[in-house]
Amino acid sequence: MQLQHTIGGITYGFRDLKDLLAKATPLRSGDELAGVAASSAVERAAAQMTLADLPLRIFVEEALVPYEEDEVTRLIADSHDPAAFAPVSSLTVGGFRDWLLSDEATGDLLSGLASGLTPEMAAAVSKLMRVQDLVAAARKIRVVSRFRTTIGLAGRLSTRLQPNHPTDDVVGIAASILDGLLLGSGDAVIGINPATDNVETTATLLRLIDAVRERYAIPTQSCVLAHVTTQMAAIQRGAPLDLVFQSVAGTEKANTSFGITLAMLDEAHAMVRELGRGGENLMYFETGQGSALSADAHHGMDQQTCEARAYAVARRYKPLLVNTVVGFIGPEYLYDGKQILRAGLEDHFCGKLLGLPMGCDVCYTNHAEADQDDMDTLLTMLGAAGVNYIMGVPGADDVMLQYQSTSFHDALYLRPVLGLKPAPEFEAWLAGNHAARLAEASPLHLTAGGGA
Amino acid sequence: MTRALSTLRRYTPARVALPSTGVSLATSEVLAFQLAHAQARDAVHVPLHLPSLALRLQQEAGVSTVLQLTTAAQDRAQYLRNPGLGRKLSDASRTQLVRGSYDLTIVVADGLSALAIERHAVETLAALLPMLAEWALAPIVLLTQARVAVGDEIGEALGAKCSLVLIGERPGLSSADSLGAYLTWDPCVGKTDADRNCISNIRDGGLEPKAAAEKIFWYLQEARRLGLSGTGLKDGGIVELLNR
Repeated sequence: MQLQHTIGGITYGFRDLKDLLAKATPLRSGDELAGVAASSAVERAAAQMTLADLPLRIFVEEALVPYEEDEVTRLIADSHDPAAFAPVSSLTVGGFRDWLLSDEATGDLLSGLASGLTPEMAAAVSKLMRVQDLVAAARKIRVVSRFRTTIGLAGRLSTRLQPNHPTDDVVGIAASILDGLLLGSGDAVIGINPATDNVETTATLLRLIDAVRERYAIPTQSCVLAHVTTQMAAIQRGAPLDLVFQSVAGTEKANTSFGITLAMLDEAHAMVRELGRGGENLMYFETGQGSALSADAHHGMDQQTCEARAYAVARRYKPLLVNTVVGFIGPEYLYDGKQILRAGLEDHFCGKLLGLPMGCDVCYTNHAEADQDDMDTLLTMLGAAGVNYIMGVPGADDVMLQYQSTSFHDALYLRPVLGLKPAPEFEAWLAGNHAARLAEASPLHLTAGGGA
Repeated sequence: MTRALSTLRRYTPARVALPSTGVSLATSEVLAFQLAHAQARDAVHVPLHLPSLALRLQQEAGVSTVLQLTTAAQDRAQYLRNPGLGRKLSDASRTQLVRGSYDLTIVVADGLSALAIERHAVETLAALLPMLAEWALAPIVLLTQARVAVGDEIGEALGAKCSLVLIGERPGLSSADSLGAYLTWDPCVGKTDADRNCISNIRDGGLEPKAAAEKIFWYLQEARRLGLSGTGLKDGGIVELLNR
């Protein structure tokens, strides 16, 4: 197939599908760094016009990374469901955008489509969408997941309580947990990033969360975001682990740089299922544009297409939670607030379209050209787009990971502005006696006994 | 606010128990946050002065020989936009490395916070170096506009069995001066993050330099014993799991 478009007598040609996808991508520093971005604004427009005319099914017929070389490609190809794809199989990419935004494309129809869509299709159509399109289409799709709370229902916004501490101090972490719970945070998960990846620390922090949860009858889940192998070792030592966490990326080589394979994730999934603490949704994944390139594992693809491929890895495990950590990786991938804003909405849309319970870590680092105003904008737009959950970090300042995310207060702002409530089980808990009892507790109470 | 909540800040450097108005933050907190952000933004751009660092290493840690090198990134703007340049030595610097027979090369690099190096690197090395009596050390390398992976090229060129990179971490709001230590066994170009072990948050109010030195030494010994670093090297339990 000829990949070209003529504008004003000048013909713009594109080498192959991944070249076309990269050049059709709205400008971002990571694609410039990789040398795959369009060289001019007009070339980008020509790429988008070329892409709009391509049949959607081309992404089933042509792999961006060879099947033989990459287990993520094999996962995508082998798990594609042609029957689910049938309703849109005759559309072009541009026609698919029109259909997604039409009244015909209801939430139920879109949910049924997920297993028929590949990450590349989602990435392709998103490149033709403005941010309001990304909001409007994502808003139709509800992906609901369940453990002790039900996350992703219409009219609900959940939060991950992220009580990190620079030295994993148990009392310090308990202080942040207490502050967060009393400000209505933590219905998606209480999830701690440990400062040091260590089995003993992981087990200790899991026992802390579990003891607090049990003592105050809190409907939520525990997670310590160590490497998957560390968590598996903690499970073997009997730690009370609810969710297995792992960062995942969109190519085999990038996952190798994270020290993981699909087989390893399969094994972790089997272990956590065997624990029997929850239902079907037992995994938590984080992703983020730029991770493949940073490991030199992007195979010439643009970073947003790589990101969408990570969602194929995530959906294999029916996770409880998936979020992009959108501004964490730095300005070499997303340079400023404008690029972070678009990327966050792209990731949320693509994840939802592919059937994932998407949240977002709305965030930035101090070497990026972004500030709190940019975060407020993305936060509000994600709320409008129906994001399942956001982060809750004390004062938006993560004192361990050295970046700014959203605060407990940010969720308190967003809920009344958009008419949203926490997960129903958590909402009931907040109104009950256990939460009132917690208001009188100190971090030392929380860590006495079970935790430390 | 309840009595218990108002005392929370005693237990953590995190911004807990913040003053608010309605559900929004109070003016004092909003302005304090903006100031912290401004300070962190400025920290990214402070340069690391290698000659004075070399002098202090000599006076305070007894380091007699250092190599002062540069990466392929010519300035801060290039360094921020193109991390790959910070992972490669400049051509002039590459020629200064002479292959030897070393157990360990130590690299001290600005990363994203020269403040971290100025405040904690010398103290960390002063505690660590006496523990390394049985290690054949290459001359300590001091480096500007650098990323962690530059330690791979340096270790390979020097013929070192292991590399340790002390580097300024990205500045946070409460800590613009946090130091990280990255250990890589068998350093050579092409190693990934999964091949490294990291000890992070070395700073006042985080991991104290002396405690960091002990932790680094533990990892160094384990890396030498097992002949590896990265996800296969964990303190406790993990090795057995991986070898099943």
